[in-house]
Order: sequence, then structure tokens, then C-alpha cells
Amino acid sequence: MATVVTSKKACSVNPLKMSQPIGAALAFMGLNKCMPVLHGSQGCTAFGLVLFVRHFREAIPLQTTAMNEVTTIMGGMENIEQALMNIHTRAKPEIIGIASTGLTETKGDDVDGYLKLIRVKHPELATLPIVYISTPDYKDAFQDGWAKAVRRIVETLVEDKKFPMTMFNNNALGRGVVNVLPGAHLTPGDLDELREIIAAFGLSATFLPDLSGSLDGHIPDDFSPTTFGGTTLQQIRAMGDARMTLAIGEQMRDAAQALQDKTDVPYEVFDRLTGLEANDHFLSVLSNLSGVPVPVKYRRLRSQLVDAMLDGHFFFGRKKIALGAEPDLLWSVGAFLADMGCELAAVVTTTQSPMLEKMPCKEVLIGDLEDLEQCAQGCDLLITHAHGRQMAQRTGIPFLRMGVPMFDRLGAAHRVMVGYRGTRDLVFEIGNLFLANAHEASPESWAPVMEERNASTPVAAH
Amino acid sequence: MSTLSTTIQDVFNEPACGKNQAKGEKERKKGCTKQLQPGAAAGGCAFDGAKIALQPITDVAHLVHGPIACEGNSWDNRGAKSSGSLLYRTSFTTDINETDVVFGGEKRLFKSVKEIIDKYNPPAVFVYQTCVTALIGDDIEAVCKAATQKFGLPIVPINSPGFVGNKNLGNKLAGEALLEYVIGTQEPEYTTPYDINIIGEYNLGGELWQIKPLLDELGIRILACISGDARYREVAYSHRAKAAMMVCSKAMINISRKMEERYGIPFFEGSFYGIADMSDSLRNIAQLLVQRGAPDELLARTEAVITREETRAWARLEPYKQRLQGKRVLLITGGVKSWSVVAALQEVGIEIVGTSVKKSTKEDKERIKEIMGDDAHMFDDMTPREMYKMLKDAKADIMLSGGRSQFIALKAKMPWLDINQERHHAYAGYDGMIALVEEIDKALSSPIWEQVRKPAPWDTDLDVADPVRSDTGCAVVPGAHAPIQQVKEAS
Repeated sequence: MATVVTSKKACSVNPLKMSQPIGAALAFMGLNKCMPVLHGSQGCTAFGLVLFVRHFREAIPLQTTAMNEVTTIMGGMENIEQALMNIHTRAKPEIIGIASTGLTETKGDDVDGYLKLIRVKHPELATLPIVYISTPDYKDAFQDGWAKAVRRIVETLVEDKKFPMTMFNNNALGRGVVNVLPGAHLTPGDLDELREIIAAFGLSATFLPDLSGSLDGHIPDDFSPTTFGGTTLQQIRAMGDARMTLAIGEQMRDAAQALQDKTDVPYEVFDRLTGLEANDHFLSVLSNLSGVPVPVKYRRLRSQLVDAMLDGHFFFGRKKIALGAEPDLLWSVGAFLADMGCELAAVVTTTQSPMLEKMPCKEVLIGDLEDLEQCAQGCDLLITHAHGRQMAQRTGIPFLRMGVPMFDRLGAAHRVMVGYRGTRDLVFEIGNLFLANAHEASPESWAPVMEERNASTPVAAH
Repeated sequence: MSTLSTTIQDVFNEPACGKNQAKGEKERKKGCTKQLQPGAAAGGCAFDGAKIALQPITDVAHLVHGPIACEGNSWDNRGAKSSGSLLYRTSFTTDINETDVVFGGEKRLFKSVKEIIDKYNPPAVFVYQTCVTALIGDDIEAVCKAATQKFGLPIVPINSPGFVGNKNLGNKLAGEALLEYVIGTQEPEYTTPYDINIIGEYNLGGELWQIKPLLDELGIRILACISGDARYREVAYSHRAKAAMMVCSKAMINISRKMEERYGIPFFEGSFYGIADMSDSLRNIAQLLVQRGAPDELLARTEAVITREETRAWARLEPYKQRLQGKRVLLITGGVKSWSVVAALQEVGIEIVGTSVKKSTKEDKERIKEIMGDDAHMFDDMTPREMYKMLKDAKADIMLSGGRSQFIALKAKMPWLDINQERHHAYAGYDGMIALVEEIDKALSSPIWEQVRKPAPWDTDLDVADPVRSDTGCAVVPGAHAPIQQVKEAS
């Protein structure tokens, strides 16, 4: 149990946090044939775009309403109208996702109202699915923007039909289908792993959003200005037909609840899928749901994870960790490391979450990487996103990159840390970092201990 | 905001810019760039431009006053290198919250400046205005003035909020801030007849250091580079230079012109990209210095260095001629870099099959025609789809562009080379040109192309849809390869 403290500084130094509009935009990027738009100045979009390009090493569809001084004061309706028309004619998306920014929120644009008027004015837009979410930059953080966008997608696009329980059970369509609402901390690789686990129980999963379809780094056969792959509109609409919703990460609770409110599909939130017990529970739920016993393959993988934990625990025990991440990633990694015997010595995050108080450490600071650097003295391992690189260099602490952005390493999309297999590989990856940086004994290693001993109980001189 | 709009109008009225002077009064007021089109715009904002222009000043604390987006989403993402302080890579932002938006962020800004000074002791703090803080009326000029008085060191307001325009405007507004608050505020320990300023060079990938040894050899001192690898004090005493070279086309023309007006420092516009351009630049620097009183013999020494370096460079390019003869390049970049690189590429036998002229001036275009002939393919606004098609149809062998368009080439399974600001290689000067040709050769001759372009053995009929994945949300676009999805499924 941790005390949650907020940094008292006026100035944030080396931010850990990113803004929520781009979190929302990333969620929209997990929808098929979608064009995400930030309602703000063109810089808001440019920064987000460059960030994702460098992280995923993929073309990123992200547009802007290109607000300027005058249009901000006058209100952005014309800009939204022009943006929608331009995108509709040029990119022809099936869905448009709009997230507001600090600029347009400060002015107070009523985008929902604008959209109604615009749809009346342009019949060609009347039925185009448009999802709008309010995400001021000066509130909350990246994962909040993601979570809000997913909730809004559910509220706007899922078909509103409630089945009585009996009818629902007889619904042939939904018998083998589950919804998965993954948090922003899961990679496309994680989603692929989960899809495979779920399929092993004879279930098929609708992921919302599905970055494993759009940003997993594949080669399409033609150029596409919109997202290419991801959850289809048809799949989203039919999410009410599923038997259950699996929400991965506490941040997805609201979206899962919204889906239940709308369609009566029950949900369970899995706060993490990294770790032995966490996955035991996950697979039990899948087994109960499907009536299929846990397949041999996963019994084997579980056994491999147990073995990895046994082999690795020597190197994890009492290791001091400096950890900086958004709440759900913080919880997944932090709780797993605590499982392995590590001590979370310095823990910094970006935004509020019910998981913070549950963290197995003394204190969780909502702060920045300067705060983390100050608390990290004497730590054996630093885990944060790529911006930790300067700090790692200064402190000399071994550094594992985790989270978004990861702009100076390859394969960010394909890192897997969920499931037995993902956890097993994480044990190896982190364990190897400990091994590589182990302190070798030297003749002087025990000298300070001797001094201390001599000081406390002086040996009589001969 | 009235002072900001006056500054913007002043920047729009640039007498040293030929393109600007050719415009009518009314047109000039509208500024240099086309109105941005919602839903079809790309590129950074004025804040981005200001930050790009100034952040290479290495020992300054760059403080962004605004919500987390402006700094948190973008920091430490450029390749400007430092030979000294690394403070410019430390990120500072007021990260304003909802309360600040309601009650104003000036107090937080002032306190932030104090925290930075206490902890990092920089010679100066640059405070960048952003959209939200401009909109709520935070007066950063007043805060900076008060902070300068209170703390006794320069706290410089950079008033270039994103929503006033594009990156180019931001470059110029940053220049205005330097002219207003920094340049001319300190004196160098000594001056020489060989002191120059290099304006608009950001030392990306360490390019300034490709040039500097040659200048050192000639005894020419870079009094200040604005702003690559610069220290605050160097910029502050840059007004004592004898001559200046303006590098990045029109980005900092206002600094060059106003320093000429105020301090009598003559400047020329030149480029370090390409062998002939590099030689011209050295020649121009020497000539300007001689005009300003440096001994005549500098000219002869410069010519000697040019001859030596050119001979060496061409000799080093020779082996590439055979390998690169007839290779076709699609060059997608802004303005000046295009035509200065073109000549050198042509020299090793590379053919330029097209170039973008979106950011180029009229003179640039004339020059491209001059170099590439009348059949030069100049694209004003080439869409990504057109670029993709050109590469896919193998009408070009390689694309040279900025990082954001790289995937257009890579997804067409065609070689690509980064020539924009995020690049890791330095291409300036004689050595840089050889490095560029070497990189092109390396990209073109990579053994991967043959393998990655080959279809999978079982993938003969492209029209077969994938039955396995079709229900799981991975879109099947007309003509899409099935095998990729199969590979995913099997993993």
C-alpha cells in the first residue's frame, strides 16, 4: 500500500507525462479505416504525429483542424466543417475520431453542437460515424485520453440493443465471442498474444481498439491515407452480442461499464496480465467462460514461467528499482517486480488512478523524470520510456525502456509482456540486465565491513 | 497581443526577401505562406519553429509555458549537437493545469523560472509562449521583465504561440526575440578581422563540425553560430562579427538583415550542402572579410584550400560514379537543400527524376531549372499517394526526404534516405557530400531489397482473400496480400 503524493514543483523538468489528446488519437488509430483529428492548432497534431512515427516506425494518419488566432476566438465550427469535408473527400475514411485540445477547450468550443449543425448542412456527412471526445491538454494524461476515447467509441458506435439474459444465451452469434478492451499500455504484440490465448479456448475476440491490426508494422499492398487494419465499424456495432467483456487495465473500467450499461454484456477488469497469478486468474476465467479446459500448450507455458521464476529469483531479490510509467503500466510492471522480490525504491507516475494506492511500495509520486532521478540513487535498474536515456547516462543505472515513446529502439510494437510467455520473457530480459551488471567481488569489497566491525568491537592489541 | 501582431507584420514585411518585395501591399500583410487548410495540413506550428531555431543554444534553459502537450509530446527529439553544456536537452515546462487556465499561469511561470535558476544555474532562461497561455492573456513579457530584474540574469520571452502561424514564421519570431533581447547585450573578450557569424545553422548531426576545421585552418573564427552549438554569450556578442553567412534559406533572414542594418555586418546567403556550394560559401566568407578589412592574402589561402578540398572530394566520389550512374532519385524536401545537393548528385551520375518545390522560392525554382534542365519534374504539392505510386512503379530508385514520409518509400519496398532535421548523419561540407553519396550507395546496394521484394513462395494468386483472418478485424483491402495476415495468425 502506497501513499500517493503530487509533486509541489511549479516547473516540470523532463516530463514523464504526455497529453491526453494524443492518447485519444492513438485509440482512434486502432479502428479500421479511421482518420483521427485533433481540434487544435496544427502543431498539436504535428507533435503527436512525429512522436508516433518515431515510436511505431509507421506512417501515422492524424489530421488537424488547423486553428489559428482568429478562428480560435471566433469558434472553430468552420474549421471542423472544412476538416471533415476535406477528409471525407480526400481520405474517405469509414470513421472520423475528433479529440479536442487545450486551445479549443480554453475557448470552449461546443463541438457536439457544431457536429449536429454540420451534419444538417452536409447530407453526405449525415451518416458518417464521427466520434468526438473532449480532451483538454491541461488535464489528465495520455492513458486518460485513450480510456475516454474508447468509452466514447462505445457510447457512440455500439448498437444499443439489450437482450434478456435467456435470449442472450441462445444467441448463436455471441456464444463464442468476447470483447477485449485493452489499455493504452498494451502493445500490438501484447494484443496478438492475447488473441492467441483467447482463441485457444475456442473463443473469438473483438479488440477495441485493435492496434495489432493497424500499427503492428505490416506491408499493405497499396497506399492508405487512413488507418489500415484495426477494429471494423461492423465489429464495434456488434459488441453487444458478445458474452463478456474483458477489460485489461483499470483505465478501461469506464468503457467496460459503458458497454454493459448499453448492452448488458457483463465485464471483468483484469488489472494486469503480467505475472503468474494474474495469468492463472485470466486463464481460469476463459476456461470457465468457454467450458474448455486450459490447453496443454498453456499448461506447458505456465510451467516454463514457474521455472523462469525459480531460475531468476536469485537475481531479482532485494534489487532496488526506479520506475516511471503511466498508472496501468506502472502497476503491471511494478507488481510483477514485487512478485519477484524486488524493492520499488522510486516510483513516479503521470496521473491519478485507483491502482496507485495499491502499489507495493511506500510512496507513488505524480511527477516527472527529474523527481525520479532524485529518488533513484543507489537503484539497480531504471525502467521508464525512452526519455529516461539522459538520466540513465547521468546516473549510470542500467536502463530498460518501457512504454510510449520508445523512439531510440526498434520493435516497440512487438514487445510482449502479457501472458505466461510474455512474463517468462520479461523475467529473462530483466534478469539478464541484473546479471550483466552484477558487482564482481574485489579484495576491497569487504574492507568497509571490517572497518565497521573494528569500530564497534575493538580487538585488543597484542 | 498588439505587440506580437506588430512583430508579425514586421516579419511579413521583409525587404531583403525578393519574393516578399514582389508582392502587393495587401498580399504582403497576409504573410509568406498559404492559409492552412483544415483536414489537409501538415507541419509544425510557430512555437515549434521558434523552438527549433533557438533550442540549439546549448547552455540556456528552454522553458515552455503551456500545457503538457507542447513540450511533453515533443522534447529531446532533434539532432542538434553540443560540444559543451547539455542543458538544452533538459526539458522544462510549466505544465499548466485547469486552475492555471482559470486564474492565470503567470505566478507558476515566475516560480518556475526561480526553480530553474536555483537548480540549474543557467546563463539565461528562454520562456516560450504557447497557444493556451496566450489565449488566457498571460503576459510573458512582463513576467520575464520582472524575473530579469529580480534574479539579475536575462529571462528572454519568445513570443511565438503555435496558433499565429507555421514553423517558418516561428523561426522568424525567434529571430526577433534574439534581436530584441539578446544580440548586442554582451561584448567579446577580443575581436579579430576574421570573425564571422553563421546564421540559420543548427548543427544537426554535428554538421557545423564538418565545416569548422576548414574555417579554423583559414584562421576564420566563428564568433557566433545562430544557433547551432552556441553558448548564450556568443549570441549576445555576435554583433561584433565582421561578416555573416545566412544558411537555412529564408528561415532567419530577419536576423541577418537587421544585424546588417544595426551593426553594419554584411551577409550573404549560402549553403554547406554540395561541393560547389561549399566552395562558394568559403569564397564568399573570405571576400566579405577582406572587404571588411581582413588582409587580402586570405583570398589566396581560401582558394588553395578550396582547390585541395575539391580535388580530394571529386577523387573520393570517383569510385561511386560507376556504381551510381543512372540511378534515379526522388527528392522530397523543402527549398534550399534540394538544389544545393542536386549538383553534387548529378556529378556522380545520379539522375533527379523529381523534386518538391513546396517551400522553394521563385529563384530556387529558376535555379533548379538551370541545374536540372527544362524537363525537371517539380512538384508543388505531391500527395503521399503520388509519391508511393512513383516508387511502386519503379520510376525512381530511391527517395530522399524527411522522416515523416519515409514509410511511403519503405512500404513500397524502395530505399529511402533521411535528409531532414531528425537525421543522424551529417552531410555538410566536402566530407558531408561524400557521406551522403556513401549513404545513398549503401541504401541502394543493401542486399535486403532482392529478398523483401520477392513474393512468398505460396503467394502466387494475389486475389485470394484470407479466410483465417477475415473475421478478426484486419482489413482486406482490394489486392491486399494475404500472407502477412497468415504469418500473424501463425505466430
